[in-house]
Amino acid sequence: MTVTDAPKIVTSRLGYDDSHTLERYLATGGYEGLRKALSMTPEDVAKEVDAVSLLGRGGAGFPAGRKWSMLRKAPTSYLVVNGDESEPATFKDHLLIERDPHQLVEGVVIACYALQVTTAFIYIRGEFALGLERVTAAVNDAYGHGAIGRDIFGSGFSIDIVVHPGAGAYICGEETALLESLEGKRGFPRIKPPYFPAAIGLYGEPTVVNNVETLSNLPWVLSNGSAAFTALGEGRSTGTRLFALAGHVKNPGVYEVEMVKTTFRDLIYAPVLGGGIPGGRELKAFIPGGASAPWFGPDQVELPLGQDEVGAAGSMLGSGSVVVMDDSTCVVRAAWRITRFFWRESCGQCTPCREGSGWLEKILRRIEDGEGRESDLELLMDISDNLAPGVSWPPQQTTICVLGSSIPSSIASAIRMFRDEFLLHIKDGSCPQGPAPHG
Amino acid sequence: MTQSHLAPEVMARARDIVALYPHPRSALIPLCHLAQEQDGWLRPEAMAEIAELVGITPAEVLGTASFYDMLHTEEVGTYVVTLCTNIACMLRGAYELLHHAEESLGIRTGSTTADGVFTLEDAECLADCGRAPCLQVNHRFFGDVSPEGFDKIVDDLRAGRLADEVPHHGTLVRTERDGGLRVEAETITAERRATAAAMAERAATAAAASEAKANG
Ligand SMILES: Cc1cc2nc3c(=O)[nH]c(=O)nc-3n(C[C@H](O)[C@H](O)[C@H](O)COP(=O)(O)O)c2cc1C
Ligand code: SF4
Ligand code: FES
Repeated sequence: MTVTDAPKIVTSRLGYDDSHTLERYLATGGYEGLRKALSMTPEDVAKEVDAVSLLGRGGAGFPAGRKWSMLRKAPTSYLVVNGDESEPATFKDHLLIERDPHQLVEGVVIACYALQVTTAFIYIRGEFALGLERVTAAVNDAYGHGAIGRDIFGSGFSIDIVVHPGAGAYICGEETALLESLEGKRGFPRIKPPYFPAAIGLYGEPTVVNNVETLSNLPWVLSNGSAAFTALGEGRSTGTRLFALAGHVKNPGVYEVEMVKTTFRDLIYAPVLGGGIPGGRELKAFIPGGASAPWFGPDQVELPLGQDEVGAAGSMLGSGSVVVMDDSTCVVRAAWRITRFFWRESCGQCTPCREGSGWLEKILRRIEDGEGRESDLELLMDISDNLAPGVSWPPQQTTICVLGSSIPSSIASAIRMFRDEFLLHIKDGSCPQGPAPHG
Repeated sequence: MTQSHLAPEVMARARDIVALYPHPRSALIPLCHLAQEQDGWLRPEAMAEIAELVGITPAEVLGTASFYDMLHTEEVGTYVVTLCTNIACMLRGAYELLHHAEESLGIRTGSTTADGVFTLEDAECLADCGRAPCLQVNHRFFGDVSPEGFDKIVDDLRAGRLADEVPHHGTLVRTERDGGLRVEAETITAERRATAAAMAERAATAAAASEAKANG
């Protein structure tokens, strides 16, 4: 097992207790990337970002440079930062928001300059009370330092940044729902097309939406150059990425590792990373990219952490979360809990999603409670087929947003990998792991 | 003049927030957080004033607020305990902890203790899964919570020993923007126009150069 000695691009300051302060930020190269950017033309900054193949870290993995190039030309345009982080078991942006808010702010200003947008909004999930405090304080200090506001560092470029709190709704992470929420409405995803807010976004104006981690890479890219970034990783998956490792591992936490050069095995077992599974237990399955991602089994741990590699294997790196389940895990309960999440968070606009999630949750619950029927497995797949025809990967969509088509991922994986365990619940009329506590 | 329900200092902060946005309605969620900071929950009187501040009807405020889990349209306890039971926390004993919490507080999930001190909720992922099982009290995090740890948090809250860590309601209670927007619309328009012109000129020069090259 090897863990490459790639530089820490977004977590370099986390060793300091005061990593969130302007003083520490300036003492560790802070705002140098922005100064560099302002000495270049906006086109050249955009080119530099396009050159590094910075794949979006929010879930969809769309290259930032390409997204930026689609921004419709208009007198008013916006950058919106997605800090809603609510995908189950994803907790990397939380770290960046609380521990290195200036890095985010600097990334935002660099992006605004490249895009020549007029105002940026940083949308942070409402539960991050400390995160909201820290980012707002960073914005205040950055104004004082001349890094935001009028005539930034004497460059003749000006912007304002507004920090905006959410109020508890997973769906607001979907970028069009986020824009609705930012407009003061219910977080209902918008009907596509247009597929990108770059055409019609906030208040109907062209808007780029980027994830917190995506933008936090920019100061380093500008300071160190695109070549240093693309020297890391492989293929389209360049640089490093944050992985939030959770579940049955010795050391759950957020790890920044080099893409592709690191495997799931490294992440889960390396002593300096996950440290393996506690209690001498064995790996049963793991979820590679958030609750929306199909599961992997122990035979897939050698897969590299690369977007295309994981995609070809039938799942996704998604939001950069890895949930490890050991051999004591009841997979019916796990699939039920994930489905319950989707049911609770469905915004309710689309019938297959609103109704389907509820039915799936109830059926899984009754199997877990030992009241399932043999025909339930077929029924689960049938309802899943209504949500994502064919239940293939990547999923087909019948709904306004991909929350709906993501629901079958865990159910189909669990049934495919552990059919016998479902059947045992049904045959024995109980869960082999004992009755589940109700929720 | 009748006195407003929102206290003058809350009203002043609310107006500052409205001024940050191109359209007042965008301030709706932050203003709801402010109202909860004052009242603990969203009282109808507060929603009526928020409606006025952002230029919509009280029904629209309620209709929007009711979409969001953090906005309480009914009264809640002094401390809202939200315990995550999503996958990563469940794998590390969240439901066992939730049961313990119900027994220890003597209430079911979703309700408030008779003395009005605690409301218990089961939450979706709070993005602190590295310290599972975890919970929030008035949106301040507690990680790696054992049943004994839970009881200690409850005791400490009752005894006022966590007053520094866990403030009163309202997720923005310690968030204060110093100053409003700094850049006037005209400045932005002028700058952007100048940059767009310069960019167009660079593009034209580059196009001419490449054409000259192609021609010989
Ligand atoms: C249901 C749903 C939830 C999402 N939640 C988040 C989220 O919490 N944070 C995030 O950055 N992106 C989330 N996304 C992805 C966003 O729609 C969008 O692709 C992303 O913010 C773009 O930024 P990026 O290109 O920098 O990754 C979600 C998408 C869906 C469909
Ligand atoms: S798929 Fe589900 S969450 Fe997405 S818009 Fe439809 S109902 Fe809402
Ligand atoms: S699963 Fe509990 S905080 Fe994420």
